[in-house]
Amino acid sequence: MNANPNGKPPLKVRLATTSLAGCFGCHMSLLDIDERLFELAGLAEFDRSPFTDIKQCGPCDIALIEGGVCNSENVHVLRELRANAKILVAVGACAINGGVPALRNRLKIGDILDKVYRDDSGEVHIPDDPELPASLDKIYPINEIVRIDYFLPGCPPSGDAIWKYLTDLILGRVPRLDHQLLHYD
Amino acid sequence: MASLESALIPILAKYRGDPTALLQILREAQEALDWISPETEILVASALQIPLTQVKSVTQFYAHLYDHNRGKYRILFSDNITDRMAGSVALFERMQAHFGVEPGQTSADGLVSIDLTPCTGLCDHGAAMLVNSIAIGRLDAERIDEIAALVKARKPLAKWPAELFAIDDNIHREVTLTGIPYVPGSGLDAAIRLGRAGMFDEIKRAALRGRGGAGFPTATKIEGARNAPGVQKYIVCNADEGEPGTFKDRVLLTSFSTRVLEGMAIAAYAAGAAKGFIYLRSEYQYLRAKLQREIEEMRASGRLGVSIRGAPGFDFDVEIHMGAGAYICGEGTAQIESLEGKPGRPRVKPPSMVIRGYKGMPTIVDNVETLAHLTEIALEGGASFARRGTRASTGTKLLSVSGDCERPGVYEYEFGVTIGRVLHDCGAVAPIAVQVGGASGVLITPDEFSRKIAFEDVSTAGAFMIFGPDRDIFEVARNFAHFFAHESCGFCTPCRVGTTVQKNLMDKIAEGRGSRYEVNDLMRLTDFMRRTSHCGLGESAGNAVRDTWLKFRPAFERRLVPHDFAPQVDLDAALEPTRLATHRDDAAAHIPAEG
Ligand SMILES: Cc1cc2nc3c(=O)[nH]c(=O)nc-3n(C[C@H](O)[C@H](O)[C@H](O)COP(=O)(O)O)c2cc1C
Ligand code: SF4
Ligand code: SF4
Repeated sequence: MNANPNGKPPLKVRLATTSLAGCFGCHMSLLDIDERLFELAGLAEFDRSPFTDIKQCGPCDIALIEGGVCNSENVHVLRELRANAKILVAVGACAINGGVPALRNRLKIGDILDKVYRDDSGEVHIPDDPELPASLDKIYPINEIVRIDYFLPGCPPSGDAIWKYLTDLILGRVPRLDHQLLHYD
Repeated sequence: MASLESALIPILAKYRGDPTALLQILREAQEALDWISPETEILVASALQIPLTQVKSVTQFYAHLYDHNRGKYRILFSDNITDRMAGSVALFERMQAHFGVEPGQTSADGLVSIDLTPCTGLCDHGAAMLVNSIAIGRLDAERIDEIAALVKARKPLAKWPAELFAIDDNIHREVTLTGIPYVPGSGLDAAIRLGRAGMFDEIKRAALRGRGGAGFPTATKIEGARNAPGVQKYIVCNADEGEPGTFKDRVLLTSFSTRVLEGMAIAAYAAGAAKGFIYLRSEYQYLRAKLQREIEEMRASGRLGVSIRGAPGFDFDVEIHMGAGAYICGEGTAQIESLEGKPGRPRVKPPSMVIRGYKGMPTIVDNVETLAHLTEIALEGGASFARRGTRASTGTKLLSVSGDCERPGVYEYEFGVTIGRVLHDCGAVAPIAVQVGGASGVLITPDEFSRKIAFEDVSTAGAFMIFGPDRDIFEVARNFAHFFAHESCGFCTPCRVGTTVQKNLMDKIAEGRGSRYEVNDLMRLTDFMRRTSHCGLGESAGNAVRDTWLKFRPAFERRLVPHDFAPQVDLDAALEPTRLATHRDDAAAHIPAEG
C-alpha cells in the first residue's frame, strides 16, 4: 500500500497507534492477540505507537486511535495522524463516544480545575506552565475533531475483535464483526 | 389548589382503581393539580396497587405529563415548519420576554412555563399554541400580548375571551363525505338492513382502504377480527393525528363526528365488536367535551348502547381516551399499549392486532376518516362508493392543505387528483415543493406535480404542506429531523440513536460546519434507519433529509465547508475556559484552525 514502485503487492502495511484520553485498555487488548502478534509483525510494521516510541508519525496506511479528545495535545496528535494515515480507525468506546472521561462533560472545566487545585487552606494554584496541554471545555469523540473512516466498538474491543478488524483492513476487506465479537454480556 | 387527596380521590373513584386507566388518571390528576408530584405518583401507585416505577414510566414517557412543576399556565408553542413559516419563532421569543423565562423553565413565581411542542394540527390557523392542552390559533404579536396579560392577571382559562379559542373548519372543497349532509342514524339503519354479513360484503365491494397512511384494506381487518376468537372485540378510532401537517381528522371530529361515531358502530356491527374507543390526541382536548356530549346523546337516542336502533344483539358503546403528547401513539400497536395505560411503545408483530389487540382481544384500529367513510358505504353500497377515485384507491380523500397558499384548509377530492390540481385550487403561487404525507412523507418537486394522490402513486394520510419560492427546504428537513429525534420512543437502537445523530448532523451543517463527510454519514444513516428500525417511525425518519439531499442538493451544498472536514466546534473557543482559569495566553493554549 505504501512505497510500492513496482506496482507489486506491498509487503507490509505501516501501522500507527495512539492513545488520547483513554486508559490504554484498548492497547492492552491489542496485545491480547497473543501469539498472533508474530503474524501481525509479518503483515505490518509500526510507525508512531507506544510500542515503538516513535514520536512523529510518518506516512502510513492505518492508524488506530484509542481514547477521546480532552486537550490541545490530543487535537495535535489526532491531526498529525489524520494528515499521515490513509485510514483512521476509532477503537473503543472512548474514541467513539468520549467514554468514561466524558463523565466530566456535565461539569464546567473552570470549576473542575478550581476544585482539583484547591489546597486544604482553600488556596487555588492551577498550573499555568505552557508545557502543559490545555484542557478543552469538554471531551470530544474523535470523529467530532477529524474525519474518521472506521469505528471499532467495545470497552475495550476484545483481542479477537481487534485482530479480525485489523486483518480485514490489511487484507482489503470491509471489516465485519459477527455477533459473537459484538456481544458484551 | 385542592389538597392532594381531595383532588385525587374522585379521579381514582371514577376509574374504579383500574390500573389500565393509569394514563387517564395521571392526565386528570395533572389537570387538577397542575403537575404530577412524587406524592401524587406514590398515592396513585398505592391506590392502583402497582409499582411506583410503573407510574413513573408513564409520567416520563408522555411529553404532556410533567413530573416537575411547570406552573399554573403551561404554554406550548406549536413548532411545525408551517408554524415557523407563520412567524412562530418571533412570537415564542416575544412570549418569553413577557415573563423572562428560558424555554422549558418555570417562572420563579410558579406562574408560567413556555416551551415548544410538535405540530398541534392547526396548520391552517397560522402559528398556534396550547395553554394547558387547550388550543389557540392565529397567533400574532397582539394575541401574544393579550394572552400574556391574561396569564399575569391569573385569569382562569375558562374565563378567557372565547374568540381566542375559535377554530374553524376551513373546508374549501367538498365531495361526498363533507358535501352530502348526513342524517343521524341513517347509516346505522342502512347497515342493519344489510345485516352483519351484508354490511361486510359492501365494505369489501367498496374496496375501502385505510386513510391513516398505510392504505390497508379495511375489510381484511374487519374479517380478521370477526373470525378471531375472543369474548370481547374492540374498535379503536385513531384520532391521534400526530403527523405534522395533518388536521383533517380535527375537522371530521368537529363537524362530522356523527359520521365518525356511527362509522365506528358500523365497523363494530360488521366485526362483531361491542366496545369502542376514541383515542384522542392531547392537542384536541378542546374537542373532548363536545364528543362526550354527542356520545351521551347517541346513547339517549338509541344510536349507542344495547340493541342499537332496535336491532337485537347490536350492542356497542364508545369511550374517549386521551393521549398525552406522543406521536408514536398514532401507530396502531403503540396506541393499544397507551389505551392499556402504558407507555406507547410499538408491539412486536405478529400477532396482529386483529388477533390479539387491546387486552389481548381482537381489535381494529382505524383512522377517523376511514370510519367516517363507512357511513357512505352503508348508505350507497360498496359498488357506488368504488366508482369514485381510482381502481386501486376508491372513494374520496381529505387533504390538509397548509403552507404557502391563499386558502389553507381541508380539501376533499376523489383519489387520483393530481398534485398540480390541488395546488391550483388552493391558490399556491409558484411553489417550489410540496411535502405530501407529513414529516414521514415525500417531498414533491414541480417536475412531479402531475403525479396523483393515490395509494398507487403518492400515498398520504392527508398532509399537504406547500413551500413557496422563498423557502429554504434544508430548514424544512431540519425541522423534521428535530421532530423525529423528539418523538422516537426509544425502544430500538437504530431509531433512538439514529434520529438523534441525524438531528445533530443536520444542526452541524446548519451551523456551517458540515462537509460531504456529514452528508455521506446522513445518507448511510437514513438508509440504515429505514432498513433496521422496529416500526414505521424509524423507517420513515430519514425520508425528508434524504429527499432534500436528492432534490434540493444546493440547499445543502451552500452550507458545506469547501474542505474535507470541519470539527464539531470552534476548538480554539473550546479552550477559552481553561485560558481563563489558568491565566494562560501562550501559543500552546490556542488551537489554530486547519485550512
Ligand atoms: C409513527 C406512526 C404514527 C402514526 N400516526 C397515525 C395517526 O396519527 N393516525 C392514524 O390514523 N394512523 C396513524 N398511523 C398509522 C396506524 O399505525 C394505522 O396504520 C392506522 O391507524 C390504521 O387505520 P386505517 O387502516 O384506517 O388507516 C401511524 C403510524 C406510524 C408508524
Ligand atoms: S474504550 Fe475502554 S478500554 Fe478503551 S480506552 Fe476507553 S475505557 Fe479504556
Ligand atoms: S422505530 Fe423508533 S418509534 Fe419505532 S419502536 Fe423503534 S425507537 Fe420506537
